[in-house]
Amino acid sequence: MRFIFDSNTWQEIFGSIGKNRTRTIITVVGVLWGIFIYIALSGAAKGMDNGFEKIFESVAKNSMFVWAQNTSMPYEGFKTGRPLQLKLDDATLLENRIPEIQYIAPRNVRGVFGDSPGVIVRGQKTGSYAVYGDFPVYTKIATKKIYDGGRFINDEDIAEARKVCVIGERTQKELFEKDENPIGGYIRIDNIFFQVVGVHKFSPGGGFDNDGDIFIPFSTYKKLYNTGNDVGWFSIAAYDDVDVIKVEENVKAILKSTHKVHPDDERAFGSFNIGEMFNRISGFAKGLTFLSLVVGIATILAGVIGIGNILLISVKERTKEIGVRRALGATPREVRSQIILESVFLTMIAGVMGIILGAGVLSLINKMTQGIDFPYANPTVPIPYVLGALGIMVILGTLIGLIPAQRAVSIKPIDALREE
Amino acid sequence: MGSNSLHVLKGINFSVEEGELVAIMGSSGSGKSTLLNILGMLDVLDEGSYTLDGVPIKNLNETKAAQYRNKFLGFVFQSFNLINYKSAMENVALPLYYQKVGRKERQEKALKYLEQVGLREWADHLPSELSGGQKQRVAIARAMAAEPKVLLADEPTGALDSTTSYEVMDLIQKINDAGNTILIVTHEPDIADMCKRIVHLKDGVIVEDKKITQVRASQYV
Repeated sequence: MRFIFDSNTWQEIFGSIGKNRTRTIITVVGVLWGIFIYIALSGAAKGMDNGFEKIFESVAKNSMFVWAQNTSMPYEGFKTGRPLQLKLDDATLLENRIPEIQYIAPRNVRGVFGDSPGVIVRGQKTGSYAVYGDFPVYTKIATKKIYDGGRFINDEDIAEARKVCVIGERTQKELFEKDENPIGGYIRIDNIFFQVVGVHKFSPGGGFDNDGDIFIPFSTYKKLYNTGNDVGWFSIAAYDDVDVIKVEENVKAILKSTHKVHPDDERAFGSFNIGEMFNRISGFAKGLTFLSLVVGIATILAGVIGIGNILLISVKERTKEIGVRRALGATPREVRSQIILESVFLTMIAGVMGIILGAGVLSLINKMTQGIDFPYANPTVPIPYVLGALGIMVILGTLIGLIPAQRAVSIKPIDALREE
Repeated sequence: MGSNSLHVLKGINFSVEEGELVAIMGSSGSGKSTLLNILGMLDVLDEGSYTLDGVPIKNLNETKAAQYRNKFLGFVFQSFNLINYKSAMENVALPLYYQKVGRKERQEKALKYLEQVGLREWADHLPSELSGGQKQRVAIARAMAAEPKVLLADEPTGALDSTTSYEVMDLIQKINDAGNTILIVTHEPDIADMCKRIVHLKDGVIVEDKKITQVRASQYV
């Protein structure tokens, strides 16, 4: 061990490595490239994973939407193509019949699916924004961050059908002055005055959400737009440990039976399963991480073999030098250690440089993707992985160094020194 | 290599006293280099015995041989065999490195021996920047640096012109004057004449072993 920490040893190693700079650099580049590929690829995969994670962070990962469409099969005397309408009662029914459902939020909206948005007026300012009719339970499924001082719709609002609303950041910007507190202020939604009780922070990714969205109590919405018990769609969250696909099937089956739809009618109800989507995407990201691991290790291996190869050539070239060293009293052990240390040292240098370069590229990618709408965030490689890669490289460097080292030791000084 | 054995030396019996300067002569194939290699523990003898400074040299493994070489022997080669990416001083310091001598002390000693061979101001030069004679003097300094019991020189002047050869021989004589034992393999009679004893080899046996009056090389320089 003393040998490794001896400055003389290192002097010898630097001497022989520095002798042929071009070759050393080319050798180092091989391994550097390997670790660089590994770091950059797995970091990028992680960034993608994080990006998707971020998109879904505002929505419960095991949640889904269900909405009504038109039937595509005749059933019980009804002709095909009958338009279906979800009702508030369906929510109660679903919640009672399917125990796996944790939350169910009936929702209505104007201004998203082609119909005209609400016309919002405040003094001289007007704008049109999507207006949602919501229950408080909705926030359990999709987190809505509300700025300080405000709140989301609560049960009282629903019970009394209060004319209160939660507005978006953009709505606030466009209808209120900069230093004006919107909470408690009044806006007109389709000619009815509503008091603003909160401003929600826009978090991108949750489907058709928008930073101008206005939320009002479901019961108020019903009165305002005369929708009765009609429901646009259900947002449903299942418990964490249940199979969301199963729940999705159950929900549809129950809806079909209550709405007198043929059990095999696939088009009667539409649904979008975020849980399934999320699993698929995170599976993709995991696959990418694994791929980068395989590619990275393969490239590192190729690079290390390159180092072994170069050292083998170098030993052959230095036959005479090694002979001289042996004649001057270098023991086989010293010769062997020197060659192995050269190998390990080159691998380490290459590894560290590759890691630095990879990290640099990752931070560059991070900067470049910061502003744009692309699922990419915080590309990182966990430190244990980096250290692991470095460790593997040192081991590989040692193993591959053994070959030229053995070759060097097998040279007899007398043969090395023999004149041609 | 080594599968077909060839008996090169066929019964050599001689001993060298401390402080001697011996020339080993003979035509090529006479076994003089083999003899020197055995003396230098670079080659092994299959029969007989070799005692160096009271230590029997036999059945050495590579590690032991390396340690003995380092402690007892200094080598000077015909083609100098300096390490070409190391400066003159570093070359001289190399045997000391294998003696585990510290860096500072190594450099001091190396400079001291370079001084002795008159190349102190060339200490930082690479071998490629030195002339043949200078290279051989560096090689001699390197052989001396380990303070060996015996200096073995294999055709030390073989690659040098006669003026330079005499310079090198002058140096060798001076080292010998200081009490060092030196063996020189050569086939040049004038070089041999500058030693104190000439051993003639022919076909692996000693045909002549005589003490002579030394010709001083300094008169030619």
